[in-house]
Amino acid sequence: MPQPMPSLLDTVRRIETPEGIELSLRLAGPVPRALAWVADSLIRYGVLWGLLMVLATLGGGGFGLWLIALFLMEWLYPVLFEVYVDGATPGKKALGLKVVHAGGAPVDWPAALIRNLLRAVDFLPAFYGFGLVAMTGSRDFQRLGDLAAGTVVIHRDPPAKIPPPPPGPALPPPAPLDLVEQRLLLDFAERGSALNPARQAELADLLAGFTGLRGQAGVERLRAHARWLAGEPP
Amino acid sequence: MKQRRFENCHAEEWHAFAARLDRLERRPQPGAPGPLAVAELPAAYRRLCQHLAIARSRCYSDSLQARLNQLALRAHQQFYRPHPRRWQAVLDFLTADFPRRVRADARLFWLCAALLVLPLLGMALAVYRAPELIYSLLSPESVADLETLYAPDRAAPDRAASTDLAMFGYYIRNNIGIGFRTFAGGILLGVGAAFMLVLNGVFIGAISGYLTARGLTETFYAFVAGHGPFELTGIVLAGVAGLKLGWAVVAPGRLDRADALRRAAADGVRLIVGVAALLVLAAFVEAFWSSNRAIPTTIKYAAGTAGWVLVALYLSRAGRRAP
Repeated sequence: MPQPMPSLLDTVRRIETPEGIELSLRLAGPVPRALAWVADSLIRYGVLWGLLMVLATLGGGGFGLWLIALFLMEWLYPVLFEVYVDGATPGKKALGLKVVHAGGAPVDWPAALIRNLLRAVDFLPAFYGFGLVAMTGSRDFQRLGDLAAGTVVIHRDPPAKIPPPPPGPALPPPAPLDLVEQRLLLDFAERGSALNPARQAELADLLAGFTGLRGQAGVERLRAHARWLAGEPP
Repeated sequence: MKQRRFENCHAEEWHAFAARLDRLERRPQPGAPGPLAVAELPAAYRRLCQHLAIARSRCYSDSLQARLNQLALRAHQQFYRPHPRRWQAVLDFLTADFPRRVRADARLFWLCAALLVLPLLGMALAVYRAPELIYSLLSPESVADLETLYAPDRAAPDRAASTDLAMFGYYIRNNIGIGFRTFAGGILLGVGAAFMLVLNGVFIGAISGYLTARGLTETFYAFVAGHGPFELTGIVLAGVAGLKLGWAVVAPGRLDRADALRRAAADGVRLIVGVAALLVLAAFVEAFWSSNRAIPTTIKYAAGTAGWVLVALYLSRAGRRAP
């Protein structure tokens, strides 16, 4: 099966399902995960601060309850959210991240506990030092907790939609194209609108020998060929 | 078949499939077409898998492949999710599974017990012989605090209930946190877990040696007798869970290191859940029983002995017979 994607360079994990197909998981790197952690920390300590204000009015007993809340927030906040709320703490949700098993299934209690208890070591010696080293050393951006639990953090949604290419005439290409070449034209037409016109023309000029046209005319011609390849009426 | 025709042929089916997934994920989109019946989902999922395979082999465009991949991934997560746990499972775990797991790691258990108890006894003896050694571990203020805490003629005869609750919260956070850190530290080739065990042994030993030398035995041992069995056992078992992680990294045997680590972590996390239960019990006893000075010393010693017997029986006998 032709696969024009350079998967060695891509942060994608491919998993094979029992149905015999391959699914792609889009792995999340250290930066969005660190931002999610910051967001979660703000939420956690905000809630704890609010609780302290309320429970302080109850005296010593209230302080005991607050310490229990502190314990739960420190250790079990991420576990409960990851198990019961779609694999994501509020911070992860805000950044479109999600925790799943390396095989693509949702996380369960043991896995969520392992990855979040081992946070204590990933955090060492300061600000996730060990975690970062483990992540850069592992193929799937796994910190120590992820390695032990067999989990990965992925982007929940596919990348943002690019506006569809404008409609227009469809033209058969001047020579037969193999599947990989067809895919190249389809992707150019589909993703070209995310590039500025000068860059589009520059890319189209690479195929000037194929279309016989340069600049904007070349771009239009490649789009017309892509429409024909996709099966639009001429 | 060209891509557009393929898309037009199946668009309706994919929309209905997505609408069903939206419902299952509890975020239905308003104005979506009628969702698929749940009973039709497995067959529809297999068809979608086939569509994705076709789209890949025919090199249809990236956006179509990404869209089908996303649908298949969402469905995969609906099909292959863990079974919800029932309360019965928690009860089974505590009455049978947990002690069985401890017995399965008996050698590691005795090793961890030695890592805690030997430094404890050594340090207790050393500080008993030379009480000034305590100042190499604790600041003079903490030592003075210790002495007032266990002074037999302490002015306040009984703590207020609110103080007990505050101390309960403190023990929960502190002791279970130590248990969790001991487990986590095990992944550093076992060094973290062993270090926590030795460290705890050294401190407990030093304090008991010092208080014994100062003649404050009555109050101190009566205080620790009640929760000691549960707390010390809990710390040792946290060490077992941690050393399992470390051992898997050091000597993975026939597995590759990552697989060995995952298996050891799956075992270890179950131990640590039991440890948390033991430490909650210990915190409860420590806060509401040990601190109560109205209870006579003999009863406290008896309760402490009963606690050890209970822990020993539980870990050695529970779950031997199939239910």
